[in-house]
Amino acid sequence: MINSSQEKQSKPVFLNLHNISKSFGAIEALKGINMQLFAGEVVGLMGDNGAGKSTLIKILSGNYPPTEGEMYLGGERRQFNKPVDARSNGIEVVYQDLALCDHLTAAHNVFLGREKKKRLGPLKILDNGFMFSKAGEIFAMLKSETRPRDLVKQMSGGQRQAVAIARTQLSSPELVLMDEPTAAISVRQVSEVLGLIKRLQSQGVGVLLISHRMPDIFTVCDRVVVLRRGEKVADKHISQTSQDEVTGLITGAVESA
Amino acid sequence: MTDTSLTKAIDSQTHSVWQRLYRSQPFWVTIAAIGLCIVLSWAGTNSRGEQVFFTAQNFNNVALNFSFIGIIAIGMTAVIITAGIDLSVGSVMGLSGIATGLTLSSGYGVEAGIAAGLLTALACGFVNGFLISYVGLSPFVVTLGMLSICRSLALVVSNNKMFYEFGPDEDLFVSIGGGSYFGIANSLVLMLILTIFLGFMLNFTAWGRHLYAIGSNENAATMTGVPVKAVKMSAYLFCSLTAGMSAIMIVGWMGSVTNALGMIYELRVIASAVIGGADLMGGVGSAYGALIGSFLVELIRNGLLMAGVDPYWQGTFVGLFIIFAVALEKIRSQRSR
Repeated sequence: MINSSQEKQSKPVFLNLHNISKSFGAIEALKGINMQLFAGEVVGLMGDNGAGKSTLIKILSGNYPPTEGEMYLGGERRQFNKPVDARSNGIEVVYQDLALCDHLTAAHNVFLGREKKKRLGPLKILDNGFMFSKAGEIFAMLKSETRPRDLVKQMSGGQRQAVAIARTQLSSPELVLMDEPTAAISVRQVSEVLGLIKRLQSQGVGVLLISHRMPDIFTVCDRVVVLRRGEKVADKHISQTSQDEVTGLITGAVESA
Repeated sequence: MTDTSLTKAIDSQTHSVWQRLYRSQPFWVTIAAIGLCIVLSWAGTNSRGEQVFFTAQNFNNVALNFSFIGIIAIGMTAVIITAGIDLSVGSVMGLSGIATGLTLSSGYGVEAGIAAGLLTALACGFVNGFLISYVGLSPFVVTLGMLSICRSLALVVSNNKMFYEFGPDEDLFVSIGGGSYFGIANSLVLMLILTIFLGFMLNFTAWGRHLYAIGSNENAATMTGVPVKAVKMSAYLFCSLTAGMSAIMIVGWMGSVTNALGMIYELRVIASAVIGGADLMGGVGSAYGALIGSFLVELIRNGLLMAGVDPYWQGTFVGLFIIFAVALEKIRSQRSR
């Protein structure tokens, strides 16, 4: 077990994964992963296709349970059976496909499934005014030029990312999981999204960032974890490693570090 | 960032009122309907030069004919917004009408008759909704099956007989479907109420937002905690219920019911909803669109009749209008991208 960064952290441990494994039939997607995430830390999760990154994210987000192993949140053991469980425990997810509805406005996407309602006599109706202004505040905090009343259909890739990230900010979460947020967008929009991640960090929110792009990880992350064929092969502070070493770890040229 | 610029950002929209109207299908359908009315009032005279289109008699006719279709188009719009389809509405109408007719003619009161019709419709909607939402079958196939089942059950139950004696409450029952309220036919009143109801639900409740969300991205709706299955179920229940309501109104108005009631109505209903801007791909549609769409379809039918065009041509014109409406929508959405 490698935990070179642990003693440097003075922040409390938010999430502790103990011996997490996941198999699909005969395929072992994850093998005995031990990992800690500290409060407010940005951790990069890297690995080749099929290394188990998305599987790990899906376990953390409650999309499926691990075959073996335990998850501890703030010292207490937790089990997530559905995405809402993860959310109520302070873990929000930005899915790879963003999970946005094109025909709804930015604000309605942010509040999707958590609509703010007000009473109108015996009825409960949508409080659109509140949703527009709250979404506007979140976009302002993220320093994004997204307008709450615009339909998502008309938005650029960077703005869509901002909407998906804004959605995580409704409940002041402890940890935001992001699956390849910079995979399908232009260079200018990448820096926009990296800016959003830094803004989250400055608010004290922890981020677990999956990315294929080495520069992204080295720009925003405090620590990098590398998976290879379902096993954790490295867990290092960003200042103690290099892009070359991480590339080697991903491909297997470097056994472990 | 100061307060004023934040409020400004919140209030600003990319599109002005005019741009939004330009993009809205119901707006263009309204223009088309008004235009058609003008043309018909000018052309709609008989050989002796008397006005035949702009008469109270003809307007009543149009209003009645379109309200029976329009009532179901409201329900259909809710289903189409979720990217679904309900092909069974015509048959559900037939079965509900028979259930009502049978109950009334067996000597039960009007409440029992209406309850029989509505509960029959709800039962069909429940089966549709359950198989589509919870079992995950394709809406097209499930409702196609229901189309066949309901039509056949209507035959079985009615034994191919016509019901025209509606028991002790006959007068009351006939006055519900055939009567009017301050000069407006009851079925038209019901349709207007349903339009306002659906318009309210779509714009001001979470249920409405969820219908649109499911239609645009069902996966996203599931992952963000929207009760997708229950919402889809409710859409099919609502759609079948409107078919049952329409059946009760039309049976009262006609004063009789056979198992052929509502035959191929599903096509006119779907055509109305689509012309009114409901997108079969999901995520788009409005209550007003359903109303104006069914109005335009009836106006085309009526106009052709008034103009003395052979009724055999009706289907061709309505069909052309459906294709034209969908093509127009496609062109507009491409240009505004």
